[in-house]
Amino acid sequence: MANRLNDWRQWLDSRTGYKGLLHEVLFENVPGGARWRYVWGSTLTFFFVVQVITGTFLWMSYSPSSQTAWESVYFIQHQMMGGWFLRGLHHFVAQAMTVLLVLHLMQVVIDGAYKAPREVNFWFGVALLLLILALSLTGYLLPWDQNGYWSTAVSTNLVGMSPMVGQSMQTVVVGGVAYGHHTLTRFFALHAGLIPGLIILLIVGHVYLFRKHGITPKLPPKGPDEGFWPEQVLRDAVACLAVLAAVVFFVVREHGAPLGAPADPAEQFSAARPEWYFLFLFQFLKYFPGKTEIIGAIILPTLVLLIIVAMPIIGRWRLGHRFNLGFLGVLLAGVALLTWQAVSADRNDAEYQVAKAVSRRDAERAVVLASGGVPITGALTLMREDAYTQGPRIFSRNCASCHRFDGHDGLGNALPKDSISASDLKGFGSRAWVSGFLHADTILTARYWGGTYHAEGDMAMWLADHIPEGEDEVTMRQNVVLALSAQAKLPSQAEMDVRDSARIALGTAFIRNTDYGCASCHTFEDVGTDSPDLTGWASRDWMIAFVNDPAHPRFFGRDNDRMPSYGVEKSLTQKEIEMVVDWIRGEWYTPGSKAGRR
Amino acid sequence: MTEPDQAPDRRNFVTKAAAIVVGGLISVVAPVAGLFTVFDPLRRKTDTRGLVRITSLSALPDSGEPRKFPVLDTLVDAWNRTENVPVGSVYIQKTGENTVRVLNTVCPHLGCSVGYNAASSGYFCPCHKSAFALDGSIADPKSPSPRAMDALEAEVRDGEVWVRFQNFRKGSPDKIPV
Repeated sequence: MANRLNDWRQWLDSRTGYKGLLHEVLFENVPGGARWRYVWGSTLTFFFVVQVITGTFLWMSYSPSSQTAWESVYFIQHQMMGGWFLRGLHHFVAQAMTVLLVLHLMQVVIDGAYKAPREVNFWFGVALLLLILALSLTGYLLPWDQNGYWSTAVSTNLVGMSPMVGQSMQTVVVGGVAYGHHTLTRFFALHAGLIPGLIILLIVGHVYLFRKHGITPKLPPKGPDEGFWPEQVLRDAVACLAVLAAVVFFVVREHGAPLGAPADPAEQFSAARPEWYFLFLFQFLKYFPGKTEIIGAIILPTLVLLIIVAMPIIGRWRLGHRFNLGFLGVLLAGVALLTWQAVSADRNDAEYQVAKAVSRRDAERAVVLASGGVPITGALTLMREDAYTQGPRIFSRNCASCHRFDGHDGLGNALPKDSISASDLKGFGSRAWVSGFLHADTILTARYWGGTYHAEGDMAMWLADHIPEGEDEVTMRQNVVLALSAQAKLPSQAEMDVRDSARIALGTAFIRNTDYGCASCHTFEDVGTDSPDLTGWASRDWMIAFVNDPAHPRFFGRDNDRMPSYGVEKSLTQKEIEMVVDWIRGEWYTPGSKAGRR
Repeated sequence: MTEPDQAPDRRNFVTKAAAIVVGGLISVVAPVAGLFTVFDPLRRKTDTRGLVRITSLSALPDSGEPRKFPVLDTLVDAWNRTENVPVGSVYIQKTGENTVRVLNTVCPHLGCSVGYNAASSGYFCPCHKSAFALDGSIADPKSPSPRAMDALEAEVRDGEVWVRFQNFRKGSPDKIPV
């Protein structure tokens, strides 16, 4: 058996010469013995292979087009067996590689490994560094989520700022004047084809040159020379294992890689930030306002790069190596400082924090909606027609100049305290809301009618004149609260409304009373004459009709206080009115519910 | 991989063994993670459809000549879910006052689309020349198809034809749902 194997090896070696190659690969001399500081090149090569493997598997499930990119990534992340782990591995290994690149560069510069005769190899390394960063940049767009979309748009717009050919270059890279299918197909081809191909060629050259000149030994030598196999291989493998363990820790903690809401060219995204290792550039740009931007975006980064490329030449002069060391130190310290500034600026930016919270809310919602099946027009359609997603936005744009929602603008942004305020619509129609409304003290607060003309109207006056006294009157007022709130038919109160039907009947009787009850003024079903009509008060249909035209005789009529007739004026579409009403009422689609999609 | 000139000392062996173990460990993570997603389709259940309305009985000729109809139903394709789109097609023949025969139009051999030939009053697969009789049975013993065309469960309700649309494994003598 052993003989047979030997014969076979002999045969293979005579045809391929694999033994010589293997010997070449494994038994390179490591002068002064194996050391931990030599591991970075090997770890980078190993993780590049990991990226090729995980990337190829992701490729099998990814679909690059603006209606399928987010959707296929969602499917990988949330539906496929182990998809989240695969995606997380690809994502976090990319982050680890950036760190490893910096460590490798530091080791090379500190050890003077760029000096003659290794200049060309150093340039290969710089080219590899740039190509790997290009992989990060192109990969960030591929999930086609809000963050990737808006962050990458900044990068490609910077390309457009380059002198002379900038605009044409941008159009070519983007595949058109705007982002779309061809942006994705081009970025994907770059990310999975062209750039990795170039990297493989350069790695072959890099390793060939490295082997040609040998390792740059750190002096003084630690001990006698050792072979690459097994001493250095073991160190390299242990380093890879340590990095991999850190990566897996993040993959498990984050349950894969982040995926935002699907990209929407029409939806402002103030939470857009590049990957953390590009944050320093993002921050750097802030120091170059207006026309000087090109200095920060293109000129200075190019100069820095040129100095790095020139390091082997600078290193020939006396003090040149020290200059290189100092330059790299200052550069890295600057990057660290800028990154810290960017992070702390965001941390103290209330608006950014709200945008971040909204982006998280959208991302979670997109996954919930997609789990019910995505139409062929893409997940964005689901988001645009979703009350939960659009309601607070419509509210913030249209209603929040007067109204509040739980004290904020619907999205969570604080509003100036002294701005004209109509009622706070959080929980509108609910028992808690009605109970505060039908109360002489609270109706005059800013939560209800305190900021409106109605504060001096008949309703506020009636409440002031009819403060319930004694147990019976208090109970009756509570019954009226339940009865009026039951008119809203809120899904969240459906069970309570059934349970309290007896009290609701008593309250309804009071509402119907034309002598001293609500119907002495208000219209209610078949009784009463005056507006606003309390029939189905705060129900979905009532609210939609109200937002369409609050000045309609059925509602406030001529007493309407500044509220625009959104439907009549066509400042909102019917669908938008429905969505904001559904959102205020807490009625939105949940997959698997009987209600189905509206 | 062992070189004859290297002394196989104990320390060297431990280092080698450790390098192989650690190297092996780090090498399997990415391929294994990827293989899970590759085999994901195996754990997905086939969607079994309910009865789908195809046509009204009056659209079928009394002569028993087959008519081809698309089957419109919900199509689930990975993340997409689309209502009321063609998911396949069927031949329907009227076999009696209130009875029909429904055949899947896909050839049981290798999945080509079977055509109806009015001249020979039978079905014919253009790919590998399988020939089927009007009732779907194999007409020519030289046909490569291992079984007759796949008949589908059907019902006639109030003059409408309802079919339980299904595809079956190709190339097998037995009719096994996929």
